[in-house]
Amino acid sequence: MDLVGVRSVSFSYGGPPVLVGIDFAIRDGDFLALIGPNGSGKTTLIRIILGLLKPSSGSIEIMGRPSGEFTDWRRIGYIPQKATHVDPFFPASVEEVVAMALMSNRKAWGSAGRGEILRVLRQVGMEEFRKSPIGRLSGGQQQRVFIARALVTAPRILFLDEPTTGVDAETQASFYDLLDLLNEREGITIVLVTHDIGIVNKHVTQVACVNQKLVYHGSHGDFCRSEVFRDMVTRGDHLIAHEH
Amino acid sequence: MEALLAYGFLQRAFLAGVSIAVACAVLGLFLILRRDAMIGHGLSHIAFAGVALGLFLNILPLAAALAVSAVAAVGMIKLKDRAGLHGDTAIGILSSLGMAVGILLASLARSFNVELMAYLFGDILAIEPLEVGLTAGLAAAVLLVVSLNYAKILFMTFDRESARVAGVRVARLDMLLMVLTAVTVVLGMKVVGILLVAALIVIPAAAGLQVASRFKTAVWVSTATAVLSVVLGLILAVEINIPAAAAIVILCFLVFGLATLLKVMRLRAAPKV
Ligand SMILES: Nc1ncnc2c1ncn2[C@@H]1O[C@H](COP(=O)(O)OP(=O)(O)O)[C@@H](O)[C@H]1O
Ligand SMILES: [Mg+2]
Repeated sequence: MDLVGVRSVSFSYGGPPVLVGIDFAIRDGDFLALIGPNGSGKTTLIRIILGLLKPSSGSIEIMGRPSGEFTDWRRIGYIPQKATHVDPFFPASVEEVVAMALMSNRKAWGSAGRGEILRVLRQVGMEEFRKSPIGRLSGGQQQRVFIARALVTAPRILFLDEPTTGVDAETQASFYDLLDLLNEREGITIVLVTHDIGIVNKHVTQVACVNQKLVYHGSHGDFCRSEVFRDMVTRGDHLIAHEH
Repeated sequence: MEALLAYGFLQRAFLAGVSIAVACAVLGLFLILRRDAMIGHGLSHIAFAGVALGLFLNILPLAAALAVSAVAAVGMIKLKDRAGLHGDTAIGILSSLGMAVGILLASLARSFNVELMAYLFGDILAIEPLEVGLTAGLAAAVLLVVSLNYAKILFMTFDRESARVAGVRVARLDMLLMVLTAVTVVLGMKVVGILLVAALIVIPAAAGLQVASRFKTAVWVSTATAVLSVVLGLILAVEINIPAAAAIVILCFLVFGLATLLKVMRLRAAPKV
């Protein structure tokens, strides 16, 4: 089943076109890597899918309905690119950050919500930090907390926009393992935006490559044999050279 | 002190003062975290135009100020969103305009008098029963609305994009927050005056943010700072005959100073890892 359908989407911010004729689907259970160089329109595309921007033409379907009619947004988790820039003095504990999503969605909250918060924090391995101020955690730890915040409303699909920027390689690897686990055990569909195709080798099942147009969309195996991939490698594209 | 409380005017002052203190303390936290700290300053100057308009048209100044500030609050958001103006620029423009119009109207109405001075500098000890009822009622309404939308406002303050995706109506809550602030500023006018009401919004909340690592703690510290300053300020005003508004703001500042000292000492003791 298609969770998300992107139908001939084009977009511009008022100037030159940023996206042209993007057309693909995200199926239930996919682990999709959305790759492309900086400025290629990845973030813009995600924001269009999530209804934060209106496409200039084309449309989005979510769980079989036009996105304008879709209402069950709790089933969609989103961790924006700038989520990594947390104000170091923002007065919120890890628990409070997770609770924001829970209480925003449910009228009543209390001990039931509390149990739920502990459960998702355990799931991402951040239970012992539940009282810590969010601003004092490392970038990798903050990302785990944001995943917990998304998980607390039991999403079907998670969108992560370059979650591992500025995170060291080891933390990055264990972060991807967590995404793997959520994808395989919990059956949560994952859309991971990255300009680091190193990750593509290990975890993902699908690859979409965007650079204004949809340059490639298909399975991970086919991608590695594709010309797009070969071009990237031979050009020594910064996609690959990207190291932290 | 017990003897003092027997006076009706003092009871009214305490009730109005504490109501305003709590509303300012809570709203201030959200405003500072949204980088909208100066909005109280801007709206208070616009409220001045409202008061002058009330005096000019000979209607209840508080009501006129309420209407003018609420409209201006919405206008500020529109200027920010539609015209792509930075928030502080919109505030700078509207607050000067408010002051200019206020001065013009007041001079036309020939009402640069005691009454206008009371709004400029606050005259809490002269507050009337009707105004106390209005202040306490509206402050309670502010608290109720904020507590009903607490998680949503916190969510959108922390991470606006994710909150939007999660279904939080951020534009509506922006508007709500601005209108609540306008109401609070107008009510606070009578307590500490137009010139100092912004202080009651910013300083206690800033003190709370200095020491708190949880949002709940910030709310308590901010509220306690504001309430304590208002109560102590009023007592000082009566006992040693100094202006209540000035005493209140200076007390707020002292607590803020203490909180800052505490934070600096803590940061030194436990450097960030
Ligand atoms: N708010 C905006 N206004 C105008 N142009 C923008 C805006 N956001 C992004 N762009 C432009 O759109 C293009 C795509 O940006 P983006 O989607 O952020 O790319 P990516 O996430 O792949 O790095 C870039 O050329 C960028 O400069
Ligand atoms: Mg991006």
